[in-house]
Amino acid sequence: MAIELKMPALSPTMEEGTLAKWLKAEGDAIAPGDIIAEIETDKATMEFEAIDEGTLGKIMIAEGTENVPVGTVIAMMHGEGDEASSDTPAPAPTLAAAPEPAPTPAPAAQAAPQASQPKSDPSVPEGTSFTSTPVREALRDAMAEEMRRDDRVFVMGEEVAEYQGAYKVTQGLLDEFGPKRVIDTPITEYGFAGIGTGAAMGGLRPIVEFMTFNFAMQAIDHIINSAAKTNYMSGGQMRCPIVFRGPNGAATRVGAQHSQNYGPWYASVPGLIVIAPFDAADAKGLMKAAIRCEDPVVFLENELVYGRSFDVPDLDDHVLPIGKARIMREGADVTIVSYSIGVGLALEAAETLAGEGIDAEVIDLRTLRPLDTATVLESLKKTNRIVIAEEGWPTCSIASEIIAVCMEQGFDDLDAPVMRVCNEDVPLPYAANLEKLALIDADRIVTATKAVCYKS
Amino acid sequence: MAKAPKKSAKTAANASSKTSTSDDFALSALQDAHIKAGAYDASDEEKLALYEQMLLIRRFEEKAGQLYGLGLIGGFCHLYIGQEAVAIGLQSALNNDRDSVITGYRDHGHMLAYGIDPNVIMAELTGRQAGISKGKGGSMHMFSTEHKFYGGHGIVGAQVSLGGGLALAHKYKEDGGLCLAYFGDGAANQGQVYETFNMAALWNLPIVFVVENNQYAMGTAVTRSSAETEFYRRGAAFRIPGMDVDGMDVLQVRGAAEIAFEHVRGGNGPVLIECNTYRYRGHSMSDPAKYRSREEVQEKRDTQDPIEGMKKMLMESGTSEADLKALDKAIRARVAASADFAETSPEPEPSELYTDILVEKY
Repeated sequence: MAIELKMPALSPTMEEGTLAKWLKAEGDAIAPGDIIAEIETDKATMEFEAIDEGTLGKIMIAEGTENVPVGTVIAMMHGEGDEASSDTPAPAPTLAAAPEPAPTPAPAAQAAPQASQPKSDPSVPEGTSFTSTPVREALRDAMAEEMRRDDRVFVMGEEVAEYQGAYKVTQGLLDEFGPKRVIDTPITEYGFAGIGTGAAMGGLRPIVEFMTFNFAMQAIDHIINSAAKTNYMSGGQMRCPIVFRGPNGAATRVGAQHSQNYGPWYASVPGLIVIAPFDAADAKGLMKAAIRCEDPVVFLENELVYGRSFDVPDLDDHVLPIGKARIMREGADVTIVSYSIGVGLALEAAETLAGEGIDAEVIDLRTLRPLDTATVLESLKKTNRIVIAEEGWPTCSIASEIIAVCMEQGFDDLDAPVMRVCNEDVPLPYAANLEKLALIDADRIVTATKAVCYKS
Repeated sequence: MAKAPKKSAKTAANASSKTSTSDDFALSALQDAHIKAGAYDASDEEKLALYEQMLLIRRFEEKAGQLYGLGLIGGFCHLYIGQEAVAIGLQSALNNDRDSVITGYRDHGHMLAYGIDPNVIMAELTGRQAGISKGKGGSMHMFSTEHKFYGGHGIVGAQVSLGGGLALAHKYKEDGGLCLAYFGDGAANQGQVYETFNMAALWNLPIVFVVENNQYAMGTAVTRSSAETEFYRRGAAFRIPGMDVDGMDVLQVRGAAEIAFEHVRGGNGPVLIECNTYRYRGHSMSDPAKYRSREEVQEKRDTQDPIEGMKKMLMESGTSEADLKALDKAIRARVAASADFAETSPEPEPSELYTDILVEKY
């Protein structure tokens, strides 16, 4: 009986991979446990292991092929007595790793239509050329550039050095800067957040990576009590120029403890700067700004966006201003405010709305503290209607804060109540269908936006 | 940038250069050296200076206690009375051009040990603009970057990992400095202390951890809170040598400091010193100290007081009682002047409410 070998999903966020190397040739005998191929995922190079006995038949995907979608048949395998030439599809998938294509994380977020290309960033000079770059590489490039520029900058965290980053964001940094400046820590968040903070007080410029911000809860005391408050408590004597960074928000199918947006938590603390970019250009420009900043910065990335590519300006020193929102799409009828992964959903919703005759403006806050209320209020003055789209809980959210700002400072400009579109107010469930129900999506933004426009 | 190799060829790139095995690690090596060397051999001049510094802390803290009683100092105020020999013995051995110090909330004495003007410390306690933190920090949150004194931290144990960071900065900058990180017997049960021990030893950081064991974590005696009350042994699991020091004898503390600092400066990684001491007052001003008897406190004062001990030594070596009285009088006058300053200085301008939150403008 012939068996299809399919491209496995080897990480929660993997959608495609590179078939790096075949370790077995057509006609080779395969025993369970044999390594058949090496597959490069969005995170690492993984070994592809056989679970059945047989003979490797036709190789369908050649070595070196990139962007092979999860679930693609990459080779056939024949069990005992099979005709080597047979390529009858097998009824059952056979790979332990993940027989089915991984559920596409937040599918809506993945495909912002082409027509929705963000409005050009005013801080990038006209005539600049661009290179399409994944967010994770933009972040890495930002760190590398700043490390070249300033000897005091160093990176510490779990798996940042020899492993090349749990999400590959620090890939290559150890090779270029060595172990003094790219420091693997034990799994000890409270301790290394304190050590990083103390090093900043002692005159260095640490970048502390949390593998995800969920684990930073163990270290939140140092972020808030030590890093954020010391300048004030010392009457301006003690600076703490540090960047706490890592992925934030829901990933895919990792359950409640690994899926949470801490933006509102940190944004409520005076003394902190909180940045949550969406695209690669902003990730790079704001990361560089964060590293140069004299104040402590919480830099919230998003795992589901790491692999997405965006145009990054080819500038020697692309540094963006902290505290400035960006109008991603101009529109006249209604304003959709968002940040981080929500921006992609908002842009997608705007496209749908355009097809229905509603011209939506999309604002990416980019910085959550200090909040660029001026840009929001100016847009409100123009459109008179506003929706906030946030991948996070609704209660005490950035959305709540924007609503308060609109009430206090933009009341006379409002033609409709402000609406928020957030995740459901529940711990994030594991089951694929429930997870989908819990998370914000473009359809919900469309519905809410129509509601504030009094259209159904 | 090139794709990362699947498995880096580098091995233990982050590990310290320390390659000690269980055979060449002697937990007690520094303790043995301390027992052998004993008290610091101070000149008469040095003894007088140490006495004067300890007495300044004592008189300052007594005055702070009075001002608290008068309502001039608010909130929490933790006095250092009884523990003076620890800060003075250790900090007198520092190289103030290079070394850094960090401690918890019982921090007045550590600042005075630097010779920081008592006026700005007392004015901080009373919450005045002239205070070292412009009145915005208070008793527990005082800093002097000029002196490399990094606070003054109110969260029990937080200063230990922050101190690890200061030590990392010394090593990174190769400035030859070490960090002296103080914490109490109470903080010694916080998890982050051991997280820091681990990384400090792993990375060979230049840090001296000091447990000021004043016998009570607020109201809980060490025997009721700690499975291992010999705190100097608590570094053993991390291969950090420990020293058990009489924290009521400034020359013993200084002697231990000399040995510990030399060890750390030699690139041998961290040391853990336990200074056994005693606070005469409550945990803070609002603590009635019902958890111990008056007799216990009185017995310590009568038999182990660090200032009385040094006074006796000075008189034995020929300093006249009149001279010591004159010194005490001068210190009392200095402290009274700082209290006057702290009482008469203006409160911060209301506009200070909004300053120093962020360094930059956005």
